[in-house]
Amino acid sequence: MSFINYASREINCKIVYYGPGLCGKTTNLQFVYQKTSPDAKGKMISLATETERTLFFDFLPLALGEIRGFKTRFHLYTVPGQVFYDASRKLILKGVDGVVFVADSQEERLDANIESMENLKVNLEEQGYQLDKLPFVIQYNKRDLPNVTSMEELRSLLNPNNVPEYEACATTGEGVFETLKAVAKLILMELKKGGAGGGAMG
Amino acid sequence: MSSSHSSTFVMYDEELRKINMVSEKLLREANAKVIFLVDKNGQLITSVGETEHLDTTSLASLTAGNIAATGGLAKLIGEKEFSILFHEGEKDNIHISIVGGRVILVVIFDTRSSLGLVRLRVKKASDDYGQIFEDLAKKAAQEDKDGVPSPFAEITDDDIDNLFS
Ligand SMILES: Nc1nc2c(ncn2[C@@H]2O[C@H](COP(=O)(O)OP(=O)(O)OP(=O)(O)O)[C@@H](O)[C@H]2O)c(=O)[nH]1
Ligand SMILES: [Mg+2]
Repeated sequence: MSFINYASREINCKIVYYGPGLCGKTTNLQFVYQKTSPDAKGKMISLATETERTLFFDFLPLALGEIRGFKTRFHLYTVPGQVFYDASRKLILKGVDGVVFVADSQEERLDANIESMENLKVNLEEQGYQLDKLPFVIQYNKRDLPNVTSMEELRSLLNPNNVPEYEACATTGEGVFETLKAVAKLILMELKKGGAGGGAMG
Repeated sequence: MSSSHSSTFVMYDEELRKINMVSEKLLREANAKVIFLVDKNGQLITSVGETEHLDTTSLASLTAGNIAATGGLAKLIGEKEFSILFHEGEKDNIHISIVGGRVILVVIFDTRSSLGLVRLRVKKASDDYGQIFEDLAKKAAQEDKDGVPSPFAEITDDDIDNLFS
């Protein structure tokens, strides 16, 4: 749920990175953080375990610039991918404006990707959202590794609706900004459709 | 808009002024250091008091996470939500409550105040906030019904591309 502040002329949107454990969600945010100039970003917060697994969420606020006199701010969140953190994932999805699904391209993670995608749909529906209606993009991460599933197969299993999709290597940053830009664009297009009052605090 | 969930939370000058007046009053009467209001999704609405050295964006996100997590806990034990949270530090304390159903009110105070006083004043201010947020919701719904166009109705692909250049 985006927040249009006419008083401060700001618009805030929430983007959630979803996907199976260790697929590279946190790495995506870390790369964005490293490559963004200090005046365009806030602090990155990571609520993680001692072994650097996301425990609750990562949070990165970005200020991208102005559109029609409104400062655009995007709040990037990651969910914890490990299966047993499902309750936390549901909480992070609340108020989401756009979703990035980060798939782990490694062969042995194929089932985990499918399971996570199903889990995303179920958790969204539980809160009255439909994935097909949300700004949504898919990133096939870890394309640098030798044991990856072919793009054709990933596509047919994970992207039946042909949403924008990107190959990536989050550790080097390949595809990271393309992915972010794509989802941000879809969110802004969605806002374009809405009215000034938007229907307020549903 | 297409579904109730894609709806937008809006804030206008007039309501923001009113909200800040309530906050300033609460700040004085509760002897607090900082007061801020956060949308349940973690977006900062407004803050008053000694905010210069505070990372209010981070505070807003963590507060909402905190409320979301305790709300999850509440449901598990059959409660609707815990409407007040209190964290005690060595010098500073945080009092968190929910006003008007979906807005989080955060009061930071030190030894110049007390939990009892903060509680009392927050309770009083909550009704004022609640009323303003209710009016705000009505106003936004009305504008939506009247078909007031979104300020973003005219954006172009170029506008969006320029954001990333
Ligand atoms: N080779 C390679 N490794 C990657 C890539 N992206 C991430 N990694 C590594 O994968 C591991 C897990 O990455 P994270 O970003 O922590 O994964 P996550 O999705 O946040 O995991 P959870 O927090 O458990 O959900 C780290 O060691 C990363 O360095 C990639 O594109 N290629
Ligand atoms: Mg992570």
